Amino acid sequence: MTPVNAIIAKELRSYFVSPVVYVVGAVFLLIVGLLSYLYIVVAGQQAIQLMQMQGQAQINLNDLIFRNLFASVRFVLLIILPILTMRLFSEEMKLRTFEFLMTSPIGLNEIVSGKFMSVFLVFLGLLGLTGLIPLTVALFSDFDWFPILTGYLGLALLGALFLAVGVLASALTENQIVAAFVSFGLLLLLWLMAGLGSLLGDTTAGQIVSYLSFMEHYDHLVRGLIDTKDLVYFVSAIVLMLFLAHRVIDSTRWK
Amino acid sequence: MIDVQQVTKRYGQHTAIDRVTFSVAKGEVLAFLGPNGAGKTTTMRILTCFMPATEGRAGVAGFDCGDQPLEVKRRIGYLPETPPVYQELTVAEYLHFVGRLRGMPDDAVKAGIAREVERLGLGPVQHRLIGNLSRGYRQRVGLAQALLHDPPVLILDEPTVGLDPKQIIEIRELIKSLAGSHSVILSTHILPEATAVCQRVVIISGGRIVAEDTPTQLSARLRHSDKVALTVTRAPADAEARLREVPGVQHVFANGPAGSFLLECELGRDAREDVGRLAVMQGWGLVELKSISMTLEDVFLQLTRHEEGVAQPENGPEPAVAAPSTSTEHQV
Repeated sequence: MTPVNAIIAKELRSYFVSPVVYVVGAVFLLIVGLLSYLYIVVAGQQAIQLMQMQGQAQINLNDLIFRNLFASVRFVLLIILPILTMRLFSEEMKLRTFEFLMTSPIGLNEIVSGKFMSVFLVFLGLLGLTGLIPLTVALFSDFDWFPILTGYLGLALLGALFLAVGVLASALTENQIVAAFVSFGLLLLLWLMAGLGSLLGDTTAGQIVSYLSFMEHYDHLVRGLIDTKDLVYFVSAIVLMLFLAHRVIDSTRWK
Repeated sequence: MIDVQQVTKRYGQHTAIDRVTFSVAKGEVLAFLGPNGAGKTTTMRILTCFMPATEGRAGVAGFDCGDQPLEVKRRIGYLPETPPVYQELTVAEYLHFVGRLRGMPDDAVKAGIAREVERLGLGPVQHRLIGNLSRGYRQRVGLAQALLHDPPVLILDEPTVGLDPKQIIEIRELIKSLAGSHSVILSTHILPEATAVCQRVVIISGGRIVAEDTPTQLSARLRHSDKVALTVTRAPADAEARLREVPGVQHVFANGPAGSFLLECELGRDAREDVGRLAVMQGWGLVELKSISMTLEDVFLQLTRHEEGVAQPENGPEPAVAAPSTSTEHQV
């Protein structure tokens, strides 16, 4: 087993013996389940109305259910993922295991990537469980699977970005609450940059600010568009956040 | 194995250690002695590559801590002040994790765990969560972690803190048994510990090394006077003055209960015979007369109280020997 795998295995173990993952997972699945129930019921009502008016119903489930759902899950992730990442480095610093980790014969890259991978796997597990929702809907109706799959790709990338921001926040402080709060703040800032971008309009500055926010990139994927530009955005933003986390941790040695 | 040359570490304006130079040979056990905040932990953190030195060079097993940290880290077993344990893991899981983190092959991990569990008496708690263990057990798990890959160099920051007396003796025996095959640096502020397990002592105070030698030589070197303790049952009021007249006696201090005196005598001149004769001739009721050798504790106090490390007993009314009752005493 390589050192990185050792870290991933240990972190997964730590996640699953603490109640955090179960609580966060339960809340996440409950909320996502409830949201999809609401969207499905609303779609059903609209179908009934259309039936009564036109005698037949042709409604687009992709638009009515899934695009709404993907847009809402984005917000749920913003609240839930910082709770998963807050312990990653803060706890090590608080409990003085950080020094042990840093004096182990393993590079900082491996430590950061191992920790990121572990929480990403936890997140993918939770995301995988929400796959039951489209599968259930598919039992009763027809819809286009392609935007669902790209939407899930978008969710995975968006989640990875949120987690990378969380890793950075956790590296900044030994206080877990502060770490969670800092990642909320950073993520909201990234979110609001979309608003600022549209405010600035179609100027160069506006385009740059909009590009920096994850909103439009995620929207493209949810709409079924796979654009290299969006993939590049996510991958480079994730790498940048992890790199910053690496620098922050390295700098604690110099203090 | 360990070579520290002129290492300085500054935190902003504050200088934590100042041009520290020492070395540890293969198989040697070195004690790092100093009051809290003297720079022991900082020195250890530099040696383990946790933090870089501001100036100077530190090397372990021929590798430089600044240039080849991974090579250095591979050869070091490090026990920080607080045992670095994960409370949510069991002892066995934790040690497995440590082994894998160090890139040990699986069978070496297994063998290492079996060896350390046996050596540190962790058998009964092997499958319990570390969070539920007592301080003493956690400390031993921390030691097991440091020893797991059988490193040539061990750096132990206060390894016996939090252990009960029996465990302390066991750990000291363990460290002694490592001497010869391993180079060990251990920091402590418990002086008998340094005398008990170490061949050499480095005393650090205010970030500087103030003395470095074997425990016995240190006390010999820093002795400025021979000390004699005297207890009589019927001391007259002028006893102190009379004692002072004995040839060779320089100072007389009342020492604890009435009738107890501490005499400082010229170096190399045994005044016991004359003092004894005086006490007996005068009918004071001599009950105790013994010479007191300077322990490491006295040396330590002298060195760390006075920056220069040459405390002159003449300087003040307070005897340089702080507490003779705790010293190693040689009965006459």
